[in-house]
Amino acid sequence: MNSTLKRAAVACMVMFGLLMINVNYLGAVKAGDYSTDNRNTRSFYKRYSVDRGWITADNGKTTLAKTVDTKDAKFRYEREYPNGRMYAHVLGFFAPESARGIELNENKLLDGSDPDLVVGRLIDFVSKKPPKGASVDLTLVPAAQKIAYDKLRASGKRGAVVALNPKTGAIQVMVSLPTYDPNDLAVPDRGKVAAAYNKLADDDTDPLLNRVTEKTYPPGSTFKVVTAAAFLEADRSRDPETTVPAPQVLDLPDTTAGLPNYGGAACGSGEVTLRFALERSCNTPFGQMGMDLGWDTMREESAKFGIGEPIQFDLPTAGTTIGPEEETAALAQLSIGQRNNQQTPLQMAQVASAIANSGVLMKPTLINKITDPGGSVIEELKPEQLTEALSGEVADELKQMMVSVITNGTGTGAQIPGVTVAGKTGTAEAGDAPAPHAWFIGFAPAENPETAICVFIEAGSAGNDATGGGTAAPLARDVMQAVLEAK
Amino acid sequence: MTAKRRGAQLVMLAFAIVVVMGAYASVGLGIDGQIPSGTFTYGLGLAALMFAAYGVLAKWAPWADPLLLPLVTLVNGLGLVIIYRIEQTGQGGASATNQLMWTALGVVMFSATLIVLKDHRALQRLTYTMGFIGLGLLVMPLLPFVGREINGARIWIGVGPFTIQPAEFSKLALVIFFAGYLVAKRDVLALAGRRLLFIDLPRARDLGPVLVTWGLSLGVLILQKDLGSSLLVFGTFIVMLYVATQRTSWVLIGILLFIGGAVLAGQIFDHVQARFEVWLHPELPEFYDRELGGSYQLMQGLFAFGSGGILGTGLGKGFPDQIPLSFSDFIMAVVGEELGLTGLMALLMVYALIVQRGLRTALAARDPFSKLLAGGLSFILAWQVFIIVGGVTRLIPLTGLVTPFMSAGGSALLANWILIALLVRMSDAARRPPPQAIQNEGLTQVFTR
Repeated sequence: MNSTLKRAAVACMVMFGLLMINVNYLGAVKAGDYSTDNRNTRSFYKRYSVDRGWITADNGKTTLAKTVDTKDAKFRYEREYPNGRMYAHVLGFFAPESARGIELNENKLLDGSDPDLVVGRLIDFVSKKPPKGASVDLTLVPAAQKIAYDKLRASGKRGAVVALNPKTGAIQVMVSLPTYDPNDLAVPDRGKVAAAYNKLADDDTDPLLNRVTEKTYPPGSTFKVVTAAAFLEADRSRDPETTVPAPQVLDLPDTTAGLPNYGGAACGSGEVTLRFALERSCNTPFGQMGMDLGWDTMREESAKFGIGEPIQFDLPTAGTTIGPEEETAALAQLSIGQRNNQQTPLQMAQVASAIANSGVLMKPTLINKITDPGGSVIEELKPEQLTEALSGEVADELKQMMVSVITNGTGTGAQIPGVTVAGKTGTAEAGDAPAPHAWFIGFAPAENPETAICVFIEAGSAGNDATGGGTAAPLARDVMQAVLEAK
Repeated sequence: MTAKRRGAQLVMLAFAIVVVMGAYASVGLGIDGQIPSGTFTYGLGLAALMFAAYGVLAKWAPWADPLLLPLVTLVNGLGLVIIYRIEQTGQGGASATNQLMWTALGVVMFSATLIVLKDHRALQRLTYTMGFIGLGLLVMPLLPFVGREINGARIWIGVGPFTIQPAEFSKLALVIFFAGYLVAKRDVLALAGRRLLFIDLPRARDLGPVLVTWGLSLGVLILQKDLGSSLLVFGTFIVMLYVATQRTSWVLIGILLFIGGAVLAGQIFDHVQARFEVWLHPELPEFYDRELGGSYQLMQGLFAFGSGGILGTGLGKGFPDQIPLSFSDFIMAVVGEELGLTGLMALLMVYALIVQRGLRTALAARDPFSKLLAGGLSFILAWQVFIIVGGVTRLIPLTGLVTPFMSAGGSALLANWILIALLVRMSDAARRPPPQAIQNEGLTQVFTR
């Protein structure tokens, strides 16, 4: 009987072998499918079992996102945003099944799953402590963020404000309106969150959209600094006092339509200095410059400022473009920031920043430092140079002209007592809509810039008479002043 | 010559209890960061119980296999810990206190079996009595007044406040019956009939017992809707028949009969077909959302296995209350989630070792009845683990059975402790050195007148 008993024994071992192979198959091959199945509530609970790292600003002095221990077995740690709507587009939110903003981009560090945190995670696992994430400190300047948010909100307009340190690329202010309350999307209740989210997604004013980075608009006359940069770089015998033709209407080739100045006004005596053209924001000289420089030069100069592809950043960014190559008339229009020229406010802030930083374009960033749960810094802001957009000399000449814009030109609304401000206004036609977009880019103090800014007011939210100088410049002034005072 | 290895057995027993106490403390740490206040007293209680069992074993079965008791202690103890852990989530039906009480009773039954049953061969004389008892226990739930239907299966009887699953005891009686019967008839059953291809078919008239068992299993399936027990009894009988007669043809006939029965049952009964559909496509929403015979429980169990990963979430850190009946049929899913692949592999290995020790006993046994009984009991244990763990992990269609020594439930625990007592008794007989004939002639003194 022993031979058959041995075979029965082999059969038993085969059965156990099959069970073992199968549990390995479940654990190794199928586990991924199971953990992403939305009927598996575990992934949902798991999100709330981590003592998620906090998000702060101003070296930890201001709390932007915190984790509250509710002691509940399933939803132990809940996320709260003490400042609610003010930082919504930067922080994003940590929802039951999704995340956005810094909460998404830095998720692995915040929830402790990043390889850099593996040792601490292992210790937590063995000692059965809840996993703890790293905390993230942002470069934002809370006082200035508050001014920007309050002023833009009080005006009732839709738009975006972004300010950054031109020397380091550190973002100081990022506000987009209308906004939403991330607290509504962070409650551990999938039904409630879905309802709140759908309501926001269906809203025609698009409160979920980060207008600073995620959408492009025609930049209007603020783009003239790029055209001027190309004009100066193309021939180093030129300077701000070089005269350029400035007709009342610029004839465009192959079309009956001409390119007029803003409001059909004249620009000086028909031949003006470059400085004057920029101060008054005349269209015709820049249209002519663009046509003379040609497609290749305009594209190359724009690319040096980072235009043409999405900016590498901590938040999603939309791709920017000066438009596809077409008839020469289009060249005149894109040179004054119209036609198919599409920029994000962050990109235009980058343009101002490069000029402020003697032509050197820095990589923008929101992350000041990241600290592991033990308190040691694992990542710190290291300023990173992107390109050399301009020669220092040309940057200097542009700076002088932009100072003139504020002192003598369209940007007087951005003057700050005791501080030299440089800037450029823009009023851009938004398709066929009667109301224009209002823009302002600039930096201060001009001698030693500490902040570069872009203010954008969306068409239709500030009336048909909105202008960069009247609508955007005063807000830029207040925000720049707040940044400088916070230093 | 085999040694008693009592020291090793004691050390392993102590080790098993330390592992269980550690796991118990770990549950508390996982849930609220504190070691449960009862760790020491429960640990001492379990230790006292198991060392008492050891004492009985040392006195009444001193040559017994040294591994069986420590291994079973470990599985039973971990079962207690997991049930305690599930109880902490507030899922109804899980009670560690009840399970501990049943464990104590199980140890009493274990000891009583060893003390009363001095020689297991006495059971051979009870072959047909056991057959009747087994059959009687199997049909008991169908009787009016005592029978109870719970969760759609009529496999319970009510005795006062308790419900008992007589099938658990019935399987023991039936294995004893099969062993006795097959030892008596194996020569006849092994006679070759016609030869078909490469296989010697048995004689047609000898098919009787197989068909009777097959009919019995189908009856259990049809009348009690108990797929698991049906499969358990039939499979064990076929394997024991094969071991006894050494004829492969019996296995093939068994498999054919099983397939025929399964197809027949699938045609007649919706619930059999439902199990099959659910096994093939548990993830389909139409099955997942189906109220009766749906895949909700299976999928929740699979989610638990999936989320465990290699090391598991740690005891107290998973979500066993997501799985319906996690303390009973699906206890392995809780192990998979909280102890991970590592815990599952270790636990399966412990089961495999228990089975392997039982089969070794069968190989070492000196008479055919002992061989067949030890082999049958070991196989039924392995087969039961395979059916339920395979079902829960979707290796095979899910049929409800308890996970031996782990699932909450008194009847199964008592019956399985008796099963282990029988294996211990037989291993004692098998390992006991035979009386030695005096070999040394030199010591023999020869007197001459």
